[in-house]
Amino acid sequence: MTAITDRRSPGPAVVFAAAATVYGILFLGAEKERALAALIVGAALAVWLAARFGLAEAVRASIGANETAFQAAAVAGVLIAALWFHDEHFVLLMMTTSLLLMVAALGLTVQFGYAGIVNFAGSAFVGIGCYTAAVVTKSAVLPSVFTLPLGGIMAALVGSILILPVLRTRGHYAALVTIAFGILFKTFIEVNDALGGPQGMSVGPLRLAGWSFNDPIRLGSFEASFYLAYLVVALALLALMFVLVRRLERSWIGLAMDAIRLDEIASACYGLDIARWKIVAFTLGNFLAGTAGALYGHVLGFIAPNNFTFGDSLILVSIVLLGGVGNPWGVAVAAAFVVILPEKFQIIQEYRFVLYAVLVILILLFRPEGLLPRRLRAYLPNAGSLR
Amino acid sequence: MDIALFGQYLINGLMLGVIYGLVAVGFTLFFGVLDVIKFSHGDVLTVGAFTAFATYLALKSGQIASPWLQLVAMSIAAMAAMALLGALIARYLVLPLRGAPALNTLLITLMLGTVLREGVRLLFPDGSNPKPFPRLLPADAFSFGALTLRVDTLILLFSGLAVIVVVNLIINRTKLGLAIRAVAQDGETAMTMGINFTAVVLATFAIGSAVAAIAGVMNGLYYNEINFAMGLLLGVFGFSAAVVGGLGNIYGAILGGFLFAGLQTVGAVALPFASAYKDVFALAALIAIMAWRPTGLIAEKTSERV
Repeated sequence: MTAITDRRSPGPAVVFAAAATVYGILFLGAEKERALAALIVGAALAVWLAARFGLAEAVRASIGANETAFQAAAVAGVLIAALWFHDEHFVLLMMTTSLLLMVAALGLTVQFGYAGIVNFAGSAFVGIGCYTAAVVTKSAVLPSVFTLPLGGIMAALVGSILILPVLRTRGHYAALVTIAFGILFKTFIEVNDALGGPQGMSVGPLRLAGWSFNDPIRLGSFEASFYLAYLVVALALLALMFVLVRRLERSWIGLAMDAIRLDEIASACYGLDIARWKIVAFTLGNFLAGTAGALYGHVLGFIAPNNFTFGDSLILVSIVLLGGVGNPWGVAVAAAFVVILPEKFQIIQEYRFVLYAVLVILILLFRPEGLLPRRLRAYLPNAGSLR
Repeated sequence: MDIALFGQYLINGLMLGVIYGLVAVGFTLFFGVLDVIKFSHGDVLTVGAFTAFATYLALKSGQIASPWLQLVAMSIAAMAAMALLGALIARYLVLPLRGAPALNTLLITLMLGTVLREGVRLLFPDGSNPKPFPRLLPADAFSFGALTLRVDTLILLFSGLAVIVVVNLIINRTKLGLAIRAVAQDGETAMTMGINFTAVVLATFAIGSAVAAIAGVMNGLYYNEINFAMGLLLGVFGFSAAVVGGLGNIYGAILGGFLFAGLQTVGAVALPFASAYKDVFALAALIAIMAWRPTGLIAEKTSERV
């Protein structure tokens, strides 16, 4: 019993991470829709029972007190699942896509969850990253290792055009600015022949020291899909960005952003520079989306304007809302859900936009704080154990 | 530029302006009574156009061939259905969120817009492809020298303006309009004066959505084609028109509609590069206007209460 009652023990967090890994492998490996449905019902039942008997609270407290360990466990879990499916292209592609979507949604979390700037052009910034990767690999002037940071920088630069209108407008008006930009971006690449027009462009592989990521992996008798290499890079990117965002949230910068989101006038009275932190949040968020986009471009190998529609931007916003605004862990869960569910249920694929839209409507009506709401800021190092 | 081409662009721009203005009137009415943005408005327009199209198909299979009769029936069906839809949206999605941040209303109606758009695509037979909208208006044309004017365009233009005038009369000359204006000024005071707040809000949403249905039918008649995604861009431009004209101001909405149509037409005619960039130009101009005048050209009169 001590393991559960001692709220700072890492036990529950590690057990939870292991269970989640096993569940993920079962879910990704399940072929029949009946098995998948049983897994979903089982998960819902398990969550309900865990909440009913206080296990969820124990897990949450344990994660709160041992976050670094849990982060390591989560990375290990993804790697184990990836090795399990090492020769299945499709499963690895799905996992990589969700990891990259998590990075992009983390960017939106910084903008929307912390500084309160709604960005309805998320997929446009992902698209800027993708097209940067395409142009860089096509021109072959720069080695393709640079595409990741370059994609982020391009997204941040293009986003800086929007800084002035976003800072000066509020509420509906600010939303209109980003909506207009999202549609502008898609229309622009559709009519721009240099970027392939409506047909799109192909993106060359990521290369590192002469080794192309698009070659299958062979180490002795171990053979794996080339997506495994991309997955490892995506996971490293996500881990880096996740730690960055968590650090930012816990730092005084995150505190300043929270204050600005909650009350601009009050924070201005306390001497916070509203414009500065909004610019930082907006630019950082776009950088994250662009970086994720650059790698996504390499993974897809081919991009077209239809990958970056307004509907896709809305899906990114839905991920942030479903997961719980401002909670990076919630974003991670929601992104995995949003990518994997429609791929597993082929019937849903056609209806996915409707499905997410209805889900978000229900969330907004009945649980506006999201599925995994952000908890109160912990001001003391071990405050998680006090509550 | 020769006069015929110029005339063609002018008529085209005016027509676009009327359609944007009709959409913007809806945005401005909703913002007036509840201070909310109902972003599904453009998709309500799409559903209205498709309702009219379905009515047309039903009439055609019912052997009713008179184009005027068809047109009247289509317009009435679309308006009635959209008025009902608008009132339902207000009742079940917008009013329950009154206490929540205004952004949540924007989000919920954005998502509803997606549901409507995808609903049309998935439920209408072969809904992913554009549908040919019937030509029901007389296709005669007058010529003034080099300039050719088509009768159907003129009818559409004048009926659009007539709708705007009628909406204006409803708002300014009727008892319902008085109630709408009272609620727009101060909902609580209006309630103490015995005005049924919910009923007025529902009526406003019904009127705005019916106007959107008319815009949808007009759009279909003008371009002879409808598709499931047409509402998105029309919604964005209608919203932009309402914002640029100043939300809550009917004249501003119409002004904004013509301004946007003008921008797009200028973008198509006068820009040195391809006319394909006309939407890019109009959207970029919108972003620039928002940076210059953050609450529209006719600015919103507000002071912050702390």
